[in-house]
Amino acid sequence: MSAMTMTQKILAKHANLDSVTAGQLVLVDVDMVLGNDITSPVAINEFNKLNLDKVFDKEKVALVMDHFTPNKDIKAAEQCRQCREFAMEMNITNYFEGGNVGVEHALLPEKGLVTAGDLVIGADSHTCTYGALGAFATGVGSTDMACGMATGKAWFKVPSAIKFVLTGKPSKYLMGKDIILHIIGIIGVDGALYRSMEFTGDGLKYLSMSERLSMANMAIEAGAKNGIFEVDETTLEFLKEVGAKEPDVYKADEDAEYDEVYTIDLSKLGPVVAFPHLPENTKTFDQFDDIKIDQVVIGSCTNGRLEDLKVAAEVLKGRNVASHVRAIIIPATPKIYLEALEKGYLKIFMDAGCVVSAPTCGPCLGGHMGILAKGERAVATTNRNFVGRMGHVESEVYLASPYVAAASAITGKISHPREVME
Amino acid sequence: MNAYGKVIKYGDNVDTDVIIPARYLNTTDKKELASHCMEDIDPDFKNKVEPGDIIVAGRNFGCGSSREHAPIVIKESGISLVIAKSFARIFYRNAINIGLAIIECPECIDEMDEGDKVRVDFDKGEIVNETKNKTYKASPFPPFIQTIIQNGGLINSIKNNAFGG
Repeated sequence: MSAMTMTQKILAKHANLDSVTAGQLVLVDVDMVLGNDITSPVAINEFNKLNLDKVFDKEKVALVMDHFTPNKDIKAAEQCRQCREFAMEMNITNYFEGGNVGVEHALLPEKGLVTAGDLVIGADSHTCTYGALGAFATGVGSTDMACGMATGKAWFKVPSAIKFVLTGKPSKYLMGKDIILHIIGIIGVDGALYRSMEFTGDGLKYLSMSERLSMANMAIEAGAKNGIFEVDETTLEFLKEVGAKEPDVYKADEDAEYDEVYTIDLSKLGPVVAFPHLPENTKTFDQFDDIKIDQVVIGSCTNGRLEDLKVAAEVLKGRNVASHVRAIIIPATPKIYLEALEKGYLKIFMDAGCVVSAPTCGPCLGGHMGILAKGERAVATTNRNFVGRMGHVESEVYLASPYVAAASAITGKISHPREVME
Repeated sequence: MNAYGKVIKYGDNVDTDVIIPARYLNTTDKKELASHCMEDIDPDFKNKVEPGDIIVAGRNFGCGSSREHAPIVIKESGISLVIAKSFARIFYRNAINIGLAIIECPECIDEMDEGDKVRVDFDKGEIVNETKNKTYKASPFPPFIQTIIQNGGLINSIKNNAFGG
């Protein structure tokens, strides 16, 4: 039996095989099939062509109405209605809308719907987020989603992998977001194309679950099929706390083959910013001068969790958002919203002059709730800064951590958190 | 199966946000979606595209979002084939699943220019740039992908019991 990576072990298990090797084609059983209000309607149209009266497992499909909700226009409302009616018809347990909805990749882990060792496909590219929990999770299209809902299966080519050994203790102001941006800056937006990114090393113990989720979330921004973290105490505690199924923990074999191995000393890294129009265009603060901004967005499946809001509140407490800046804070789920309310973060944000929005993907993909005009610049804790991503084709998005975003909201230019905090 | 048309050329990392901006994803109507194909990278696309045309692009074509609307609008616009140095993996899957022809051919891209007339014979795996009088070989799809293509996409494969066989 050949040595396997974490990813390969999960694929082998779900293909009912003892072992698999890179390049092998496998048919796997899926533990969860996910879709949102943009991708599910296309999947439902395809599913309906099969004339089935039920999905493969009503508890293993999740439909999350998070992208254009609260419905931004009539057409968006029609798309949600189609999903809602489908969910009712198929008795789908995990249908989320209205006061139950949060940004899908923040919501599913919080609800305990994914556990270590699971295999998840989602018609959303950031489905790779659940790799933080030790699951194999990957983005697919709507037709794959339809096929998954119908058969409970998906085809995969077993990927080879790149290993990232994280060592050392992160320096002050360094967040998981900075680490993953730094890595994408090194390997590029297609640096892990078709492959897995596996994260391990003694530096993991310093990374909270929230930081790991934001790192695995951006594996797709390096082209990866999936990103996955080695399971440790932090993972197991999180899974227990959210009431997830019993975890199935896979460790890579000692002699598993990796295409490349990168060792990254977290104590040597500082905050970074990804400049327009690719996540690989990363710069450290000594590499650019003042860049004036018009908007800040703190939220999304990358950085809209409680810990992200805590960091933002720490920076914004008792300070004011610059007069020419719109600072939009989007707690990713209703639970996070409520906790941020109870902990006083929302008051801090509003006192500072921020807008606090209901959970939504909204501006991240240029949907609504904070669209940019021609020539405007935003610092966002989101995951993509492609041309026109948040609005006008001549607007610009700079990707950064909640620390950097909050500091920038105050100064009105892209700022290192120490400019405000020290 | 063949493709024949003029080249419409783009660079590296053409992402799904420029292929079909998210602001238009509030519908599944293919014609309406296709009216915005390539809008944020090439506003002139809808005027210049003719049935059969071939998109030629660099590395990592279709990176970003998993939206299947991206290959759908390209196909709906009349594009017969996309040739690229490499494809982002979700776009690659989606194109196969909906029946948009795609070919990886790293060596032919730099020698193709906008407007060149290109003929492709899928069975032979041959790409001929008639304008430049150059011929290239493309590598064939693995058999399981060929099965999906032969069945006319993933949904038809399931209907024909060809999925998982």
